Amino acid sequence: MSRRLRTCLFLAAAVVLAAFYAAACTGLPHFAGLVHPYGTRAVAAAFRQRTANVISSINFDQRAFDTLGEESILFAAVLGAIVLLRRARDEREAAPAPGRVMPSTRLFGTVMLPITLLTGFYIVAHGQLSPGGGFQGGVILATGLHLAYIAADYRALERIRPLASLDVADALAAGAFAALGFVGIAKGAAYLQNVLPLGTFGQLSSGGLVPVINAAVGVEVGSGIVVLIAHFIDQAVEIESPSTQDGQRPDDASGADGGNR
Amino acid sequence: MNGIAQYLVVVALLLVAASATAAALARDPVTQSTLLAMLGIALAVLFTVLQAPDVALSQLAVGTAVTPLLILLTVRKVRRGTGDGADGKRGESTDPDTPSRDARGRRR
Repeated sequence: MSRRLRTCLFLAAAVVLAAFYAAACTGLPHFAGLVHPYGTRAVAAAFRQRTANVISSINFDQRAFDTLGEESILFAAVLGAIVLLRRARDEREAAPAPGRVMPSTRLFGTVMLPITLLTGFYIVAHGQLSPGGGFQGGVILATGLHLAYIAADYRALERIRPLASLDVADALAAGAFAALGFVGIAKGAAYLQNVLPLGTFGQLSSGGLVPVINAAVGVEVGSGIVVLIAHFIDQAVEIESPSTQDGQRPDDASGADGGNR
Repeated sequence: MNGIAQYLVVVALLLVAASATAAALARDPVTQSTLLAMLGIALAVLFTVLQAPDVALSQLAVGTAVTPLLILLTVRKVRRGTGDGADGKRGESTDPDTPSRDARGRRR
């Protein structure tokens, strides 16, 4: 197909799509209106289930099965990246020499590391009450951990990052989400149905199954992202390909060999 | 939604459009990852003024921190010169003789 024909085909398809999309948009509820057919129902259902954060109620209760699929996608993506990034037989590891860290950077990392981890834990723990939840808190925990790499060096990060346990935690938490669904079946209800005691609205323990699934997601996302970044860092810093061994390694702009950025 | 919130939405939308265009026009991957992080912040602001703090938090964590970091690490790996050789050789290593656990075990 020639370039010209392809362009014409694209333009024709784009015009049709644009026309139908514009027509469909006129049927949408108004932007930022006070009433929304799904919003109203979701909020009512969240109140019924005594979950203060409606988004968490949708994610882990009303649409828990969708979220199970999304978590499985993340798990599969991390697994695939690990398989692709594993060390090949002819690659070798070089211990990265620690680079010099500016005192201000070291101070920043030392102060921010515990604060960031605490924030991550808070956001995971309060997923059923306030904005955030397992996914957001898990990513904050995982990225916060890497402040150790910025403030110190790779060895400091490896010391505070139990990679083998995180591998297992990732798989266990992903499995725990699927397993928690059977609580509903055991109680004679549907898979992933929220059958646990709902508690008092606004309390940390409210929402029944929501905080439990939320915690499992937090562990899964947190450990999954740490493992994912770990394999990327290994490739970028430690693992040397046969074509670039000794001597001919280009010294790129980022300076010292991987001890730091 | 009225008053100042309306203007905030417009400002956030313009920020998103500007940073997204800049990210699409940039050619250097390192510049792109930085612009992607800025796009992430702009989107987080937009989601916040649209009263979607949950989505804003996800966007901030993933779009501003994790994705640019993965891009930067990939760029670093590629610039160290893996380019041609490693891809072909990585393909050969799919036999079960080199499980990843072995590599990881030796690392510690």
